[in-house]
Amino acid sequence: MEPCKVTHNSETHHNEPFIRKYIFSVDHKIIGLQYGITSLLFLFFGFCLILIMRWQLAYPEEPVPIVGSLLGGGGILLPEIYNSLGAMHGTIMIFLGVVPLAVGAFGNYFIPLQIGAPDMAFPKLNMASYWSYFIGGVIMVGSFFTPDGPARSGWTSYPPLADIEVGQTIWLIGMVFLITSSLLGSINVITTIIQLRAPGLTWMRLPFFIWSQFVTAFLLLLAFPPLEAAAVLQLMDRLVGTSFFLPSGLIISGEQLAVSGGGSPLLWQHLFWFLAHPEVYVLILPAMGIVGEVIANNTRKPLWGYKSMVYGVVFLGFMSFIVWAHHMFITGMGTAMSSFFQTTTMIISIPSIIILSAMFISLWGGSIRFNTPMLFALAFLPMFGIGGLTGLPLGLAAADIHLHDTYYVIGHFHYVVAPGTIFALFAGIYYWFPKMTGRKMSELLGKLHFWPSLIFMNGIFMPMFIQGLAGVSRRLWDGGLEYAHASGVLQWNEFMSVSAWLLGLAQIPFIINVIYSIKNGEKVGRNPWESTTLEWVAPSPPLPHVNFEKIPQVYHSPYEYSVPDREKDFTPQNEPIKE
Amino acid sequence: MTKILQKLGLPINLSIDGIAIDNVISLVHWLMLVLFIGWGAFFIISIFKFRQSKNQKADYEGVKSHLSSVLEVAVVVIELIILVGFAFPIWANRVNNVPDASENIVHARIIAQQFVWNFHYPGEDGVFGQTSLDLVDEIDNPIGLNRSSEGGADDIVTINQLHIPVNTKIRLDLSSKDVIHSFSLPELRVKQDAIPGMVIPVHFEATMTTEEFLVEMEGTSREGKGLEIACAQLCGLGHYRMRGYLTIHDQEGYEAWLEKEKSYLDEESDDDWDDDW
Repeated sequence: MEPCKVTHNSETHHNEPFIRKYIFSVDHKIIGLQYGITSLLFLFFGFCLILIMRWQLAYPEEPVPIVGSLLGGGGILLPEIYNSLGAMHGTIMIFLGVVPLAVGAFGNYFIPLQIGAPDMAFPKLNMASYWSYFIGGVIMVGSFFTPDGPARSGWTSYPPLADIEVGQTIWLIGMVFLITSSLLGSINVITTIIQLRAPGLTWMRLPFFIWSQFVTAFLLLLAFPPLEAAAVLQLMDRLVGTSFFLPSGLIISGEQLAVSGGGSPLLWQHLFWFLAHPEVYVLILPAMGIVGEVIANNTRKPLWGYKSMVYGVVFLGFMSFIVWAHHMFITGMGTAMSSFFQTTTMIISIPSIIILSAMFISLWGGSIRFNTPMLFALAFLPMFGIGGLTGLPLGLAAADIHLHDTYYVIGHFHYVVAPGTIFALFAGIYYWFPKMTGRKMSELLGKLHFWPSLIFMNGIFMPMFIQGLAGVSRRLWDGGLEYAHASGVLQWNEFMSVSAWLLGLAQIPFIINVIYSIKNGEKVGRNPWESTTLEWVAPSPPLPHVNFEKIPQVYHSPYEYSVPDREKDFTPQNEPIKE
Repeated sequence: MTKILQKLGLPINLSIDGIAIDNVISLVHWLMLVLFIGWGAFFIISIFKFRQSKNQKADYEGVKSHLSSVLEVAVVVIELIILVGFAFPIWANRVNNVPDASENIVHARIIAQQFVWNFHYPGEDGVFGQTSLDLVDEIDNPIGLNRSSEGGADDIVTINQLHIPVNTKIRLDLSSKDVIHSFSLPELRVKQDAIPGMVIPVHFEATMTTEEFLVEMEGTSREGKGLEIACAQLCGLGHYRMRGYLTIHDQEGYEAWLEKEKSYLDEESDDDWDDDW
């Protein structure tokens, strides 16, 4: 493979006007930061929505403090607004928060750096990807200010409900932009990793993070088009009177619905989950990648079973395309279909177990440093473990009969994404902040951020398993108050809500830390963590547009820590082991 | 394990098929617990034993044994056993052993709509009357039943009230008028989406009457609260209150209920007579 030649140098970019340099930039680092800042703001926004909803769940029909006046209804969170906030919480957290942060921000910033490339393969496509995401985000936020308000049919948008509820049109238009953004980004990531690796950086010398981003990009590229098509079909159902997802003979509020009919509500679910299950791995794989980096660095030893982890990630990627209908066992599925999807679901648990086990085993024999990034990465392991394990009963159709659409499901996927992925993303921010700014974040504030976050995350999500076992349905405006079977577990609602609000407070040290450290953090050099991968060869922050003074030559695998008979306990990839 | 899960919140089970479902839930929770404790113990020992202050120099190779691969294979085997031994047969029973209406069963239809469960019993003759979209009237005839069609005169239609006998096979054919709902009986381990444009049967057999259940619940937070039907699928702003009631009678009680419903029917047709004149 021909390595990319640096055809331009930083000199020619020195006099860029502000707008070219920071707004419509084509530098992957600026775009990465744009993605990072935007997605963190969206994460915060999506989190605030749930904080409001949790008030209604803890204290049903009491006026919401602080923001109550914005909600109408005398400050009480009405059911229709509750449904809107629920749909938007899911949409924003997944499509505007976690994925753009994991892929758009970390992927963009660190893929070229870790593979020793001057930029992404298609810088302008990269810019287009960010702005498409931005427009999608503006549309989604804008929907709060429309007369009908935002979508209220859940982030899953099942028709016929989504076909007839208000607010859905604008959601679909927003989704088209977000999907387009992901498609543009994924092509870029794939091309960059295939074409722009530094000389000597063979596939099995790639950092685990790169592998995870590589597989993730394929998932986005191949899984999103069906949803984009489905979104356009649903848009047509709503706007031009088609009936792709509407069967004949619907009666809504006593009136026959004037549509041609003949469509299938289940078609949407298949198209939706064909994306949305791989999407789960889009959320988790980059997180595993970050955790792998941080663990290797802070145990001061190579990742254990690197190869099995790589094969595991690739296998996960393949399998993630054939498990989607395990979300649909309760739709009336026959034995053949359900057996197939149960089997694939059990199979996909194996590579996850292999990867997670490899990371646990990597700790053995290490010389473990407990800095803030490492704390978040370590916490990821058992938290993701809980999230993954609680997926097992949901993947068995028989057990799913009782647990489907209950709080057990909510607990399960939040363990995967919140104390799982989001912790990994925090680990990434603390770990790579010095590379992005040349300064370290405060360790004290970091620990003040980590410990309460860990406690309150569990305070929120652990009781959900209890409520789910009791059979409490999800998406209930009153949190189950209406139902007798919920009466024994209702007391947890207040506990979970208080935990959620405290989790909000626990983010204050993080926000202060980021803002404070940009200007006042401890100044550091190129490689403050004494790491081995290529991003640490570049200056901190890396040079605009070209990253490296000289494209590095790679000599060995990514995590050569504590190589026997060497003085230093780390050997960067661009340093030969035998001189 | 079932006992532990019940302590945590799992309701007691009132159906024959629910026993197998609870067994799978228990089994898989055992597997989860073992894996979690295994990982957890290894994790805690590792981070104590290999903290930097204690272990200055990391070991380049780390764990040399390949025990983990053996354990992973063991997990595969256990998962296979759960799948083939438990999960598949339960599902096959659920979808392939739907009792035929000619057997001695109670057969009824459920027509879900935003935010109500309509129940349609065929009445004494065991024949469901025809229903038609054009006859739907949200107040008088929510399912559009044609009383003058064959077998329609004695049909019983109830709203949010499902009455069934104990120790009898029940078959319910689920459909929906508007959006997707999900019919859930947590204590009977029954859940099935009601999807417009489709008719999907569920079947079960209750092992306890409501009365016996209430006795069982004495002294718990469930005391005095009977059985309910929950909606499990977001169906609009009234999703949270789409609650129906389930009453499980003994055989005599069920027949008495049918008689009572029949007498209402007679009264109704008398009313119609009066109206016409």
